[in-house]
Amino acid sequence: MPSIGWLRLPLWFTYLFLYLPIAVLVVMSFNASKIPFVWTGFSTRWYGELAQNELVREGLINTLIVAIGATIVATILGTLLAIGIARYVRSAIVEAYSLAPAIIPDLVLAIGLLAFFSLIGVSLSLFSVLLSHVVFGMAFVAAVVIARLGQTDPSLEEASRDLGASAASTFVRITLPTLAPGIIAGALLVFTLSIDEFVIAFFTDGPSTPTLPIVIYSMVRFGVTPEINALATILLLVSFTIVISAQRITRLTDAV
Amino acid sequence: MTNLLTIAHVSKAYGSVVALDDVSIDIAANEFFALLGPSGCGKTTLLRAIAGFEDPDAGTITMTDNTPTANPPTTIDLLALPPNKRPVNLMFQSYALFPHMNVRTNIAYGLEREGLPAAEITQRVDEVLEIVALTDKATARPQQLSGGQKQRVALARAIVKRPKLLLLDEPLSALDRKVRAEMQIELKRLQHEVGITFVVVTHDQEEAMSMADRIAVMHEGRVQQVADPITLYSKPANVFVADFIGSGTLICGTVTASGFDALGTRLPAPTTTTTGSAVLLLRPENVTLTTDPHHAPLRGTVVETHFYGGSSTTSIAVPGLDAPVIASHAGAPTVHAGAEVGITWDPTGAVVIPG
Amino acid sequence: MTAARSASGRGAARRRALNARAIFAGPGLLFITLFMTIPVVLVLVYSFFQRGRFGGVVWEFTLENYARAFEPVYVNVFTESLLIAGTTTVLALLIGYPTAYAIARLPQKWRTIALVLVVLPFWTNFLIRTYAWIVLLNSEGLLNRALVDIGFISAPLGLLYTPGAVIVGLLYAYIPLVILPVYASVERLDRQLLEAASNLGASRARVFFDITLPLTLPGAMIGAIFVFVPSMGNFVVPELLGGGKTVMVGNLIRDQFLETRDWPFGAVLALFVIALLVLLFALQAYISRRINGRTARA
Repeated sequence: MPSIGWLRLPLWFTYLFLYLPIAVLVVMSFNASKIPFVWTGFSTRWYGELAQNELVREGLINTLIVAIGATIVATILGTLLAIGIARYVRSAIVEAYSLAPAIIPDLVLAIGLLAFFSLIGVSLSLFSVLLSHVVFGMAFVAAVVIARLGQTDPSLEEASRDLGASAASTFVRITLPTLAPGIIAGALLVFTLSIDEFVIAFFTDGPSTPTLPIVIYSMVRFGVTPEINALATILLLVSFTIVISAQRITRLTDAV
Repeated sequence: MTNLLTIAHVSKAYGSVVALDDVSIDIAANEFFALLGPSGCGKTTLLRAIAGFEDPDAGTITMTDNTPTANPPTTIDLLALPPNKRPVNLMFQSYALFPHMNVRTNIAYGLEREGLPAAEITQRVDEVLEIVALTDKATARPQQLSGGQKQRVALARAIVKRPKLLLLDEPLSALDRKVRAEMQIELKRLQHEVGITFVVVTHDQEEAMSMADRIAVMHEGRVQQVADPITLYSKPANVFVADFIGSGTLICGTVTASGFDALGTRLPAPTTTTTGSAVLLLRPENVTLTTDPHHAPLRGTVVETHFYGGSSTTSIAVPGLDAPVIASHAGAPTVHAGAEVGITWDPTGAVVIPG
Repeated sequence: MTAARSASGRGAARRRALNARAIFAGPGLLFITLFMTIPVVLVLVYSFFQRGRFGGVVWEFTLENYARAFEPVYVNVFTESLLIAGTTTVLALLIGYPTAYAIARLPQKWRTIALVLVVLPFWTNFLIRTYAWIVLLNSEGLLNRALVDIGFISAPLGLLYTPGAVIVGLLYAYIPLVILPVYASVERLDRQLLEAASNLGASRARVFFDITLPLTLPGAMIGAIFVFVPSMGNFVVPELLGGGKTVMVGNLIRDQFLETRDWPFGAVLALFVIALLVLLFALQAYISRRINGRTARA
């Protein structure tokens, strides 16, 4: 059927809806005025002030600790889980169970974890946030790697065994390299999710070590300052870069 | 000839589905052997059991090493070894070429796992690349190769290991018709050249007949007959083999002391020792049509004729038979649809199958 | 002679398969059980006990928490939440479905880019995305100034801190979750079905309503659930864009756990959200089966 021009109208509307607020934030982050809504001239003043903000800097460090830790653990566990499900367990129920942490509402997971940590006497800290982020991060890695496994020929591993490679050698030389794009993309997604995650961190973090989203939350709650615009612009840039690279990695290797 | 591979009483079931049912086959050294059957007959399960990717529920698979260095000959229990320790290589139906390695590293992979010196690996890979005529593609990635080239890389990767036994899972099914015919000849030539025993799994009877020294016809997990192609065609052991191999007409009847009775009449048939119900198999090239229906053992009406250039076939509907009788002969059709014809045949060329 | 060794070989192979299963899937499944399943079950358990003084529970069984949820003040919150989440979902479908359809009908080389552009904002900080709407909707904000400048209104409107602002914020947060599953089902749709329908004389509109819509309905329902349920549980948007005037179930749950410290009652409220999720998924599965059953028979 021939394509119709007006069919694309909703698409343009959606893009406008999605990107107008973001564009306003970015533009306003270069605004000289102290009132965050009124444009008076170009300035990078708020980026300078942001760099001096002790709370933001601490929050950023805390967030990076959690995000890097959660990414490493979630990537290892999620990859193994995906291989286990796709190659050995082969059960739709186990697969659904493994992906459930990505679907369950974050607030429910958050209160459950708060109740669980306080019941077993784990004091709330960056460590409890890290554990919580691993749960859903692992589900995302598993989902991406299972998808990748679905595209790879299972006889590759059998061929390697047939040619004399041990199970361990096959895993290192064949399984991991063929899954690498999925694993890297999964890791990047966990990292992005963890950096931006607010609700679960809000419930499972200790009061002395707020993550960056918690810092942002209190900043936004106590009023609008142009510093947030600058911070938002930087975070947008980071997220966009990571997600687009993850996308490119999976697509590049799919083409090969 | 001495046995290389002995498959004895092998069975395998997946839940209630029986994939292999008491399968016993002996394969001789340097033989080109085919496992032939429709899909789901168990031939691939058997192949994978030999390679080590399926565990049989019962039975043994053993290999006899009778090379001059092994004196006296030693017997290896294949089932006790993991796949990577078996002196057997498998060429996968999908070829399973490693996508992140080029042609040379794919072929060298198995030799590297043996821990051979680099110089020897290079030399052996170069040799095998020459055999499969892919020397100029050594640095290409599998994705850049044509179907036929991929097949040759997969073959090279397996034979470079110099296995005693090479298993080939539907080796030609992914190729188009013309390449397939070339590769049939090529595989046969290679088997002579490298002196390795080949076991090939296929559902294509023409492929099996043209390449293999001997064929095991399988159906529903059981071996129906093991024989050379000519015997399979001319002396099928049962109705399934008669029907599966080649084309022809099957007529159910009874063998009595004096002859073969079917359709209320006595039909020309070779003499047999056993009596009772049986099936008479008429191959198309053995059937002759006459214009005098009343003096022929069977008569019928011509349904249709097909002309293939060098030969033609004629289908004749015979009252009392479900399927038409097929006759083939050289040259153009001599009768037209609707004609009444008589059907005769050479009784010594027909086969009586007890059933 | 070899039979015994074969048998042991077979046993070893089976053990190897079991070991592989345990090594690969074991740690992950254990982790999920420990940090998802047990916590969620714990929420269920807590809902049947009395509240502790500083959070937690006193281990005395009670059904009072459930009874409390039906008090008018909470029923009102639920009704308002359903209304707001429902409106958000309907709007998300009205905007998301045509968008997904348009993407699926783009030339192949543009589809991935178009899709990435839809998903991209979703991967950025949720608070930042909500904050952007404060900047836009504020009485001093861009939208009001633009409307005043073109003379459309004389004085700034109170756009922020209204249920409308909450709906816009939720819509902005979750709309990619409608577009993705709808796109997937439109993309999967066999084009020949549409061609067959028009070949049999159906107009373009009839093809859409007879073929496309029924076959993409399961995808659209998945999208609707992905918008509806998180909207119910969201407490950030009502707080930041609703100014605390709009209280949704998410806010109630948050307050029970972090402010009033009545964990059992918070647990009951959370269970309502989970029950809603399960119910909607079951409904989706039922309808999806009916549609697929019908097409299989047809």
